[in-house]
Amino acid sequence: MARILMKGNEALSEAAIRAGLKAFYGYPITPQNEIPAYMAEHLPLRGGVYLQAESEVAAINMVYGAAGAGARVMTSSSSPGISLKQEGISYIAAAQLPCVIVNVVRNGPGLGGIQPAQGDYFQAVKGGGHGDYRLIVLAPGNVQEMADLTTLAFDLADKWRNPVMILSDGILGQMMEPVEFSENGTLQQLEKPWATTGAVGRKPNIVNTLDIIADKAEKNMQALLAKYDRIKAEEARWQEVGTEDADVILVGYGTSGRVARSAMEMARRQGLKVGLFRPITLWPFPEKRLQELAKSERTFLAVEMSAGQMIEDVRLAVNGVSPVYLSNRLGGMVPTPEDVLAKIHEIVEGRVS
Amino acid sequence: MQTVFQKPEALTDVQMHYCPGCTHGIIHRLVAEAIDSLGIREQAIGVASVGCSVFAYDYFNCDMQQAAHGRAPAVATGIKRVRPDNIVFTYQGDGDLASIGMAEIVHAAARSENITVIFVNNAIYGMTSGQMAPTTLLGQKTATSPRGRTAEEMGYPIKMCELLATLEGPAYLTRVSTHDSRHVLQAGRAIKKAFEMQQQKKGFALVEVLSTCSVNWGMTPVDALKWVEQNMVPYYPLGVYKDVTAKEGN
Amino acid sequence: MPRGEVIINSELCKECSLCVAACPQDVLAIGKTINSKGYHAVEAVAPERCTGCTLCAVMCPDVVLTIKRRSPERK
Repeated sequence: MARILMKGNEALSEAAIRAGLKAFYGYPITPQNEIPAYMAEHLPLRGGVYLQAESEVAAINMVYGAAGAGARVMTSSSSPGISLKQEGISYIAAAQLPCVIVNVVRNGPGLGGIQPAQGDYFQAVKGGGHGDYRLIVLAPGNVQEMADLTTLAFDLADKWRNPVMILSDGILGQMMEPVEFSENGTLQQLEKPWATTGAVGRKPNIVNTLDIIADKAEKNMQALLAKYDRIKAEEARWQEVGTEDADVILVGYGTSGRVARSAMEMARRQGLKVGLFRPITLWPFPEKRLQELAKSERTFLAVEMSAGQMIEDVRLAVNGVSPVYLSNRLGGMVPTPEDVLAKIHEIVEGRVS
Repeated sequence: MQTVFQKPEALTDVQMHYCPGCTHGIIHRLVAEAIDSLGIREQAIGVASVGCSVFAYDYFNCDMQQAAHGRAPAVATGIKRVRPDNIVFTYQGDGDLASIGMAEIVHAAARSENITVIFVNNAIYGMTSGQMAPTTLLGQKTATSPRGRTAEEMGYPIKMCELLATLEGPAYLTRVSTHDSRHVLQAGRAIKKAFEMQQQKKGFALVEVLSTCSVNWGMTPVDALKWVEQNMVPYYPLGVYKDVTAKEGN
Repeated sequence: MPRGEVIINSELCKECSLCVAACPQDVLAIGKTINSKGYHAVEAVAPERCTGCTLCAVMCPDVVLTIKRRSPERK
């Protein structure tokens, strides 16, 4: 198939429809509006359901219903809207239902602004709603990945019976790049014998999150945590460039990963040994590989569009073996490669604080 | 001798947890009888809500989903839109439907989602031990209106059928009661009709069922039925508030 | 020979008395035996008067009662 020029949000939407999306339930919020618009335009003509809900809360609960009924289903929103969805996300995780949630992150807290940011990292990778649960969190870094990771998101959701979040931002959503949709991108859709489809010739299926008997609830939690351990072992994904000989390894995902890549190339041209580590799964975080890369003579520099959230996972992974520093911008400001390069110079020249 | 009354097939054998005399049990049975008589048990997908009826998924012998507090109409919408040939119903109490879930029920009704809603109004939060509900009557004493509900402090109880009847969307809105056997039989007919409406793709159907909470009202189950008749029925008049099939002359 | 018969699943009974109040023939009363849940289960104290009208079962919240009738002319 030929490469075509598309906006990131459109590529994501097209990939979702190609992955067999049966329903999209959304609510307007900037900067993700291209996704519901694309869905409203295309999904009903291609065998799916588009519905604008009365709120983000309703939309995520529609997702719960459709996912429980066995359909491939998704919603998208942006930071304040994702906060509203947290109740439903917790229930979906607890009921072990597969679905895809897109967060086109904007700057916060509160109403914040509509500029690109990464301040929802903690919310995405640590749970976000109430209770002990995890989402699988994917962080695309370009328009092609907006498409490819969306396909993957549906497959992982079904495979693990777990909600998957795509953490994007306004830059990735709005930028245009060539994209190619693979013909056999998605797995054969899995059977869902647990889904509520009508109890024809079988016992009723129940989608439930109530767990009122403590010892039973503990066993169920242990089973859930065992699933998370398997996901951690099998699904960590990342990209590495020039890490073998690096004195400084930049760590960044999504848009800040792109900035870090530019900074790395500038540094290399200046003869500095700088590498890039770009997590593609934010949960599970590729901590094992980072641990392997940690050495006392090597420094890590987290590049983020937040007060420094992913850096905590980097520190946990390197576990004190290497120093870890932060280069960040806030409030919807995007770090420039020059900002990052200046920080790299501080590190290699021993001026860092 | 022929058996003329027995447990419907659409109820499981699980003993219901409701307090003695709680009319939830009657309403569960009416729903199950409607499902049996229409032969839709294998098509049905129920949505349980939060409150006393949270365990409904254990009692209805059909596929069930348990929804977050107030969100049952959204969950039912999600199901029905991807499985339009199934029969989807919610079973919700007054706190769930008329307070925290007000947005979800109003919009499901406005969209005329082709679902059946069983709305149990007993004028109190039962599960959480007797707090004031959106449908608690003026003067009614509860754990959180210990001197009785006043309009000045707490506003007026909400009449859901009347409120929803202002919308174009609903196909069928009716209020029935459980305070005696005649009314229970009438309630059963209304519930069956609300499922038939969905089968005929008429759109949103809601049956509000006046119900008791003798424990939290502080009276015997028999007195609680009288309280429904004497206090709830005058404020919440029984009757049909909307019926699109009546317009068609059926 | 009574026209109707009420069969009581005593284990499900919660002693609420709604059936007792509903019976137009005073067939039922709360009994003395206690079931495993600790409730005095309802009993048919005048089974000969049962007409099989089902009103007791209609009002029972716990599906305790099964009703049989000689000629099923109604319902």
